[in-house]
Amino acid sequence: MSLINSIFEQLLNGLRTGSIYALIALGYTMVYGIAKMINFAHGDIIMVGAYSLYVFTVLLGLHPVIAVILTIVVCSVLGIVIEKVAYKPLRNAPSLAVLITAIGMSYLLQNVALLIFKATPIPFASIISVPSLRLGSVTISGITIVTLVVTTISMIALTSFINNTKTGRAMRAVSEDKGAAELMGINVNKTISITFAIGSGLAAVAGILFICQYQSLQPTLGALPGIKAFVAAVLGGIGSIPGAMLGGIILGIIESLSKAYISTQLSDAIVFSTLVIVLLARPSGLLGKMKIEKV
Amino acid sequence: MINLNYLKEENIMKKVKKVVGTAASVLAAAAMVSSSAFAAETFLIGGIGPLTGSAASYGTSVMQGAQIAIDEINAAGGVTVGDTTYEFAMEFADDEASEEMAPQAYNSLMDQGINVVMGCVTSGACIAIVDQTYADGILQITPSGSAEGCIANDNAFRICFSDPEQGTAMADYMVNTMGITKIAVIYNAADEYSTGIQAAFEEQVAANGGEIVASEAFQTGDVDFNTQLTTIRGTDAEAIYVPAYYQDATYITSQAADMGMELPFFGSDGWDGVIATATDVANVEGCIFTSPFCASVDDPKVVAFVDAYEEAYGSTPDQFAADAYDTVYTFKAAMEQAGSIESADMIAAMTEITVEGLTGDSITFDESGAPVKDIRFVTVKDGAYAYVEE
Amino acid sequence: MKKNRKLIINGVLAVAVYVLVMVLVNTGMLTRQLMSLIIPCCTYTMLAVSLSLVVGFLGELSLGHAAFLSIGAYAGALVLKLELPIWIGLPAALLVGGAAAGILGVIIGMPVLRLRGDYLAIVTLGFGEIIKSVFNAMTPITGGAKGLSQIPLVTTYRNFTPVYILTVLTILVVAHLVNSRHGRAVCAIRDNYIAAEAVGIPVSRYKILAFVVAAVLAGMAGVVYAGNIGILKPTNFDYNTSIEILVMVVLGGMGNIGGTVAAALILRILPELLRNVSNYRMLIYAIALIAMMLFNNSSFKRTLVEKRNLRQAEKIQKEG
Repeated sequence: MSLINSIFEQLLNGLRTGSIYALIALGYTMVYGIAKMINFAHGDIIMVGAYSLYVFTVLLGLHPVIAVILTIVVCSVLGIVIEKVAYKPLRNAPSLAVLITAIGMSYLLQNVALLIFKATPIPFASIISVPSLRLGSVTISGITIVTLVVTTISMIALTSFINNTKTGRAMRAVSEDKGAAELMGINVNKTISITFAIGSGLAAVAGILFICQYQSLQPTLGALPGIKAFVAAVLGGIGSIPGAMLGGIILGIIESLSKAYISTQLSDAIVFSTLVIVLLARPSGLLGKMKIEKV
Repeated sequence: MINLNYLKEENIMKKVKKVVGTAASVLAAAAMVSSSAFAAETFLIGGIGPLTGSAASYGTSVMQGAQIAIDEINAAGGVTVGDTTYEFAMEFADDEASEEMAPQAYNSLMDQGINVVMGCVTSGACIAIVDQTYADGILQITPSGSAEGCIANDNAFRICFSDPEQGTAMADYMVNTMGITKIAVIYNAADEYSTGIQAAFEEQVAANGGEIVASEAFQTGDVDFNTQLTTIRGTDAEAIYVPAYYQDATYITSQAADMGMELPFFGSDGWDGVIATATDVANVEGCIFTSPFCASVDDPKVVAFVDAYEEAYGSTPDQFAADAYDTVYTFKAAMEQAGSIESADMIAAMTEITVEGLTGDSITFDESGAPVKDIRFVTVKDGAYAYVEE
Repeated sequence: MKKNRKLIINGVLAVAVYVLVMVLVNTGMLTRQLMSLIIPCCTYTMLAVSLSLVVGFLGELSLGHAAFLSIGAYAGALVLKLELPIWIGLPAALLVGGAAAGILGVIIGMPVLRLRGDYLAIVTLGFGEIIKSVFNAMTPITGGAKGLSQIPLVTTYRNFTPVYILTVLTILVVAHLVNSRHGRAVCAIRDNYIAAEAVGIPVSRYKILAFVVAAVLAGMAGVVYAGNIGILKPTNFDYNTSIEILVMVVLGGMGNIGGTVAAALILRILPELLRNVSNYRMLIYAIALIAMMLFNNSSFKRTLVEKRNLRQAEKIQKEG
């Protein structure tokens, strides 16, 4: 096989993982953009989504379409509940307190899942069957195509939702200045709840696509993709929705190429070094807006 | 959960025994009658292994496998040494597979007056206590600690094969028996078990005149192996060797199948359990791995063990359970040979005993503390494990 | 006067603890299980107190404290493996371990100058992962995944004295930093960054200082860790370890040194005594983290604090 062919194949592998990162990063970036907090538990909501789908399809035997809808509902509700219980009381607290709470929430979800489902991985047969696409000598698997399509649709829908709807405008207002938004008659609590609902719904979709791709469930399955997706969101410019998608795909490709051509052992180190370099050289990311911090 | 409840029940039973006479419940009284039918001294085995954390399943298997052997021995009247009959009992301490927790687990067991140590289940934790057990002069047998440092001292023995032994045996099998010369390896660079086997395997393949055409690493927790598989597809590899655990093997085989790769897979004993986690058994059909134990063979010893285990715990025993079962019988053999329950005598007797175990017929132990037994190869045939026909 | 009295009380307390432990160890009154907990208690006290300098006083979240622990442990272990006599080997190891961690502290501290809050937290997390991967890949030196083993056991409970001195020193250094002019500057940075800069506090220098001191102390704790266990593996220094140290700082009251020490001791000893509930340990940690944060920022606590302040004011009024 020629080198060009092999590079092309590795790029496609990067696209495969990158599209999942992109989808997770969308939720991350949205919550960060509006609620101004890193929701560390975002990765674990993906895990909840994955297990919910398993419970609905395998244990309860529901139709896949119904199961997918129920999974999204479960995660959205969970997102709202987490925000109300853990984050809302800390809205005026230092960011340190919010971060620690979010880390606590992440651990809480993981350990509850561990107690219920145990650490042993559970096999899961994909509910999505799309034939793979052949391009000359390389094939793109069906699930990769589905993930890319879903991510792109989510990105476009989210952008137009935020730019063109009344709720979307309210979100942008809350993001700019909570106090002023409130004075303008915007219900800040409701707006933030909606943000978490949408963010967690996206996490549910990511969870569904994740286990359809990798076909195995573990309580920690969301942790690493969650952190990498955060790196992707930062890379693309946190708060920027197209940036999240771009960042996700670039990160997937960086990871794949460094595994293939530099070192499989150091690929994680390379991914995190990318983060450090981006933050130091261009803290606003590729597509983010430069902001001057006010106190 | 089952296991922990079970542990608690054990503790409760002990307390009940201590306060003989105050036990009010009829059930407890009945249990007491059955267990105090013959007055015997207790020989206490201290088990150490992970019951929580990501390696919890290994420790749980060891605890359960050992309990089957203990129950069997006690039901047959215990072990008689001289004119004393000993009944086996076990205290099991959780070490979370951590080097930090293992010494504390060991010392908590020593406080309870254990006679011998069964453990640790994982290599790193085992190495963290070997110097202490040596200083205490207690007999230590690890069922599954496969690193070489586990048996560095004279008081320590093991039941399982060492990592390099497995790698070497598979290299001989693949190159010399199967005639495969171009081999790709996928291993977990963050795991000592995996790297230990991989290093010995690659060395032996080269010594046998074969060639490692790709040696691809991954990290614990990785789920995407497409990059490594793509690299391997770009070589002229004839087979892929994956010294890793069944979780990883599941991802690797299914992703290889998705890519349309048809290379045969070979693995290490960590593959045991791969059928249960594979979404499609066809993905692992025909793979061959080194394993000391296979639950679905006709050997009457194995059948009896598997039946008892399934009845007690509702699951099929894996190699960890079988290793632990053999460990308990090794203690018994050493006691009988030594005619004593003193660790010093039992350690001296270890090289003189022969154990008819589940993980090998006529297991003996050499001076280094390693077991002498044949390596077996297991394959997946028609969706079930079977020994490879020689 | 009041300050001196406090100093004397703390001094007496430190000596009393030492005497108590020595008596318990030498008379064999402790169970072996508890004896094996003595050194881990010291190590984690050092780690928690050093982290509290960054989290509690500087007000920045570091999610990579295990990285400092690991580099100190590896560097110190390599020195210990030279098998020098203990009176020179242990100080040398502590020096090298502390220095190595300090250098890493400067490297990680640099981004601190540019980043704050969420971004800093994520960078420290990233650094933690990078260090772990690098140790794993440096097989010839660190033993890779197999780990670095056969480290001379020089800091077990039999050598309690040097470990205890080191622990007390760690607490003293941090307490001094906090109560000194430097410490007030650091607290000013935490409470209002821009105001601190405006009144002429060299913010960058103090941030680096806090970061490096925390790193050096954690590195020395790493040497003790290595000399107690005898085997080091990269997987022991993961994100979870960093979080465990963070939990101690948070439960100790974020910036309260006495509280941090108490939390470190409780979190080391309690799980060991409650072995049967170890399945729930991480769950309990998680709930404790959330509950602590919610409580700290609740109106309930504000009322309590206000009441206390009011009482104190009344007392002063009466006295004066």
